[in-house]
Amino acid sequence: MSTTESDEQPGGSTPGAPDWAAAQASPDFQELRRRLRGFVFPVTAGFLAWYLLYVLLASFAPAFMATPVLGNINLGLILGLLQFVSTFAITVAYIRFAGRTLDPLSTKVRNEIEGGR
Amino acid sequence: MTTTVLAATADSNPVLNISIFLVFVIGTLGIVFYVNNRQAKKTAADFYTAGGGFSGTQNGFAIAGDYLSAASFLGIAGAIAINGYDGFLYSIGFLVAWLVALLLVAELLRNTGRFTMGDVLAFRMRQRPIRAAAATSTLAVSFFYLLAQMAGAGALVSLLLGISGAVAQGVVIAVVGVVMIAYVLIGGMRGTTWVQMIKAVLLIAGALVMTVWALSLFGFNFSAIMQAAADGSPKGEGLFAPGQQYGKSLTSKIDFISLGIALVLGTAGLPHVLMRFYTVPTAKEARRSVEVAIWLIGLFYLFTLVIGFAAGALVGPEAINNAPGKVNSAAPLLAAALGGPVLLGIIAAIAFATILAVVAGLTITASASFAHDVYINVIKKGEVADTEATQVRVARRTAIVIGIVAIVGGILAKDQNVAFLVALAFAVAASANLPTILYSLFWKRFNTTGGLYSIYGGLISTLVLIIFSPVVSGAETAIFPEADFAWFPLANPGLVSIPLSFLLGVVGTYVGQKRHDGSKYAEMEVRSLTGAGIAKAEVH
Repeated sequence: MSTTESDEQPGGSTPGAPDWAAAQASPDFQELRRRLRGFVFPVTAGFLAWYLLYVLLASFAPAFMATPVLGNINLGLILGLLQFVSTFAITVAYIRFAGRTLDPLSTKVRNEIEGGR
Repeated sequence: MTTTVLAATADSNPVLNISIFLVFVIGTLGIVFYVNNRQAKKTAADFYTAGGGFSGTQNGFAIAGDYLSAASFLGIAGAIAINGYDGFLYSIGFLVAWLVALLLVAELLRNTGRFTMGDVLAFRMRQRPIRAAAATSTLAVSFFYLLAQMAGAGALVSLLLGISGAVAQGVVIAVVGVVMIAYVLIGGMRGTTWVQMIKAVLLIAGALVMTVWALSLFGFNFSAIMQAAADGSPKGEGLFAPGQQYGKSLTSKIDFISLGIALVLGTAGLPHVLMRFYTVPTAKEARRSVEVAIWLIGLFYLFTLVIGFAAGALVGPEAINNAPGKVNSAAPLLAAALGGPVLLGIIAAIAFATILAVVAGLTITASASFAHDVYINVIKKGEVADTEATQVRVARRTAIVIGIVAIVGGILAKDQNVAFLVALAFAVAASANLPTILYSLFWKRFNTTGGLYSIYGGLISTLVLIIFSPVVSGAETAIFPEADFAWFPLANPGLVSIPLSFLLGVVGTYVGQKRHDGSKYAEMEVRSLTGAGIAKAEVH
């Protein structure tokens, strides 16, 4: 890591270094960026909202959470366990999505950058 | 039932407990020594990140070992035993938090940094101020977390070894500190990682055994365990629904929401968690690490749900509250009730192992941040003749200093109520670190001023709000119960400090210089998404 005192580090001017701006502008990279953001931003918003809903219910609707479902297992416990289920499900879904949709494209872009030196 | 449990704790055999503990310490030190002699090259990369040579699965176990502190094992099980459902609420926040790490942080961080959080933040910023800020925040979080763990070690001993008295507790804290320094000095990140992996296996296996054992006593009917816990509790079936711990007033409800937000957003900003992503060679392995960690951590918290209610059922809240460690003694007392002194000894040793693995992870993170960010890049401005040897030497010395500070701090704090320190560490991580990391990775316009605003703004607002909260003064349970200068009603500042830091990051960015070189962001974005130009893992 070099040390400079300008507000931003100068970049892209070293001879022989990859042309990052060109790589960033390439259609493949733009597509990769679109796919990643198209997945992680909405999913993050979704699980945060779902978690917040659960926390709000636990805080302000304890009677609702105490609704019995099966023996002593109540709605609160089921919603809590569903937080586990949704966390595991999102994990599995992202791993599949990344393996199928992101990795081939990111490998392609990386090979173009590293091969083009 | 209560009498047999008390008899079992009285039977608690300190010699047996200490022997099991010694076997673990000597065994792990041997392994640390072995992996170090076999594999280590004395480079900075090797000391800080084991050369990025661990597999994703190995790192997933190490993350679980690093993350599941004694607070999550003993604290959550005890909270469920006493307060029922509300104890369970903690574990959900601790688990869901990992999705932030999985989706937004782990892979991009792996692709843009080498050793520390400062590496990522400084990628396209002015090196010295941003690294100094990153290191300040890293050291603050590590210090709070470390102090909580060390003070907890002292409280644990009175319970687990049947030893009480200030001197004995002080000795145990010192022993924990010395063993921790030994792990870090001998093994660096490689040794620390192995200790964390071993501890994760032991902890999860121990929890599994207790869970299955307890379930078998109730015909594998969880509802029956809940019923037995309610029958033995003054709170009765109130245990089954939320509200026993946090439902007392509007303030306590809002306080809980504040805690919940800090837990979910703090995990992906904890420096010792971030550093673990550098111990694997690629972003794909970092992704795999988080996947494995989520499965392990999720399973573990499901076990603690059973263990907590089983402790309520088989030990009872009265016996738990009368035990030396109070709430923290629920899981060990359940072990004694199930398997007698031998299982108690094993669970006690696992609890010690847990503390050791967590403090070693914190120590290496803090020392790496000091040596790499502060010493090399801020003090020496990156101009050191032999960077590698120098920073490893500085990091080792820092580890010793941190160890000594932790021992002294732990001994001084052992009679204080330090539970809030872990929540404080999460609040600082969520306020100072996470906004800055996310802006760096995803927002082109973000600049040095914005980074400084969000880090220092998050750190200072969190600390100020804590100082003027009921944790420090104005309540019976406060650190200074006689004084009253509290004006902030919540014990958890996250609800205010986290949005404030996100906002300050934006304000600072627009206050800062407009002159803007997009090419550095182009490099960062392309590298973060593709892994191009990443330092290759060292081949062992």
